[in-house]
Amino acid sequence: MFRNQYDTDVTTWSPAGRLFQVEYAMEAVKQGSAAIGLRSRAHVVLACVNKANSELSSHQKKIFKVDDHIGLAIAGLTADGRVLSRYMRSECINYSFTYESPLPVGRLVVQLADKAQVCTQRSWKRPYGVGLLVAGLDESGAHLYYNCPSGNYFEYQAFAIGSRSQAAKTYLERRFENFTDSSREDLIKDALIAVRETLQGETLKSSICTIAVVGIGEAFHTLDQETVQQLIDAFEIVAEPEAPAAEPDAAAEQGEGADQGAAADQGVAPMDI
Amino acid sequence: MTKQQANWSPYDNNGGSCVAIAGADYCVIAADTRMSTGYSILTREYSKICKLAEKSVMASSGFQADVKALQKHLAARHLIYQHQHNKHMSCPAMAQLLSNTLYYKRFFPYYAFNVLGGLDSEGKGCVYTYDAVGSYERVGYSAQGSGSTLIMPFLDNQLKSPSPLLLPAQDAVTPLSELEAVDLIKTVFASATERDIYTGDKLEIVVLNADGIRREYMELRKD
Repeated sequence: MFRNQYDTDVTTWSPAGRLFQVEYAMEAVKQGSAAIGLRSRAHVVLACVNKANSELSSHQKKIFKVDDHIGLAIAGLTADGRVLSRYMRSECINYSFTYESPLPVGRLVVQLADKAQVCTQRSWKRPYGVGLLVAGLDESGAHLYYNCPSGNYFEYQAFAIGSRSQAAKTYLERRFENFTDSSREDLIKDALIAVRETLQGETLKSSICTIAVVGIGEAFHTLDQETVQQLIDAFEIVAEPEAPAAEPDAAAEQGEGADQGAAADQGVAPMDI
Repeated sequence: MTKQQANWSPYDNNGGSCVAIAGADYCVIAADTRMSTGYSILTREYSKICKLAEKSVMASSGFQADVKALQKHLAARHLIYQHQHNKHMSCPAMAQLLSNTLYYKRFFPYYAFNVLGGLDSEGKGCVYTYDAVGSYERVGYSAQGSGSTLIMPFLDNQLKSPSPLLLPAQDAVTPLSELEAVDLIKTVFASATERDIYTGDKLEIVVLNADGIRREYMELRKD
């Protein structure tokens, strides 16, 4: 996209019927680090890559619990994501208070989308620069939605957003037809492999990725680092069929990775759930 | 021309008694399960006890509709706190929140007489006692509700420091063991049930300690 005379205000249409400011906001989502979501009949898994500004700083929090049955992962402007998750938490609490039952996910994403739309039609506002993968469970089953800055929302079986998400999407496209009947463990494994695809060569270890799960009988929660590292180790030993020759290298790398993961654990700020 | 008076009241008293006793490493909170209106019984099995946080349990007598609203309000506030701070509220924090919430409605109060029990940040038992508009104090034991006038003097007799000359006031915690405290509660309610018509049916006892939370029931006279 190049600069043009119709992109200064969000309230200006281009002759081709585009709102450039909204499209630029969606670019901000593509710049953020990857977030991935997958759904089965009874579970939804969110995975994301944690980027830190420098080795000295803590990782940005990209996964938020909204209620026992809903959580989200974000990509893009983290601050906008934080504010929106606070709004969503508030909506869930108010709904529970009034109706003594959990807010259906579909309703929440519509409210979120309407909120985003407002910012595309006010001259004194700007669109939210964050894409949200909303994972939740309600009476109609497990759901995964993607809310974008434009105010649109879509339901997905599996999706990935953020930088290098195309690699994850390619992997998910190959596998998504099996997801509905996947077990919880297989779903998490697929999420981790999808994350690994976005890393493009970098070693997958628990210090750079976060996994969260919500399921029937399982409240939304983030898995702790140790559990994630064990899951990574478990499937890296059973190496992908495309790289059997790399197994000895992978095993050596994984040994180092586990050490680095353990050392990095002490360095990770305690503010993650 | 005399001033117009309301011909209805927004309040009702559903009766009942609540007691809490704090120990060195436990807290016992108890309430009867009878809900009344006037001279009638609405139900014999209504719980006046509500767990607000991991280590905070509240028992409230008075107007149960207001009590329910108060409990819902505090539960919602606790959820917000958990989202913001990544942990449960401590009992002293909850005590202050309850006080502020009650005073917020100073000019149309919650008709709720509360007693909050739990473990403080050091794991010691704590009991906070309230009036309807939020005035509160940390104590070693307390009773509220229709039977409180019968129960409190007996608790004073058993638990209060013997010498009134002992200043500053003793540690706000009783020297009793957990089993002794539960036994005392049962005795106290059995006696209150005899003379207070609004107290009876069943006694619900909640015990909070380092191992977690435990619930016990005891039958009381149903007349």
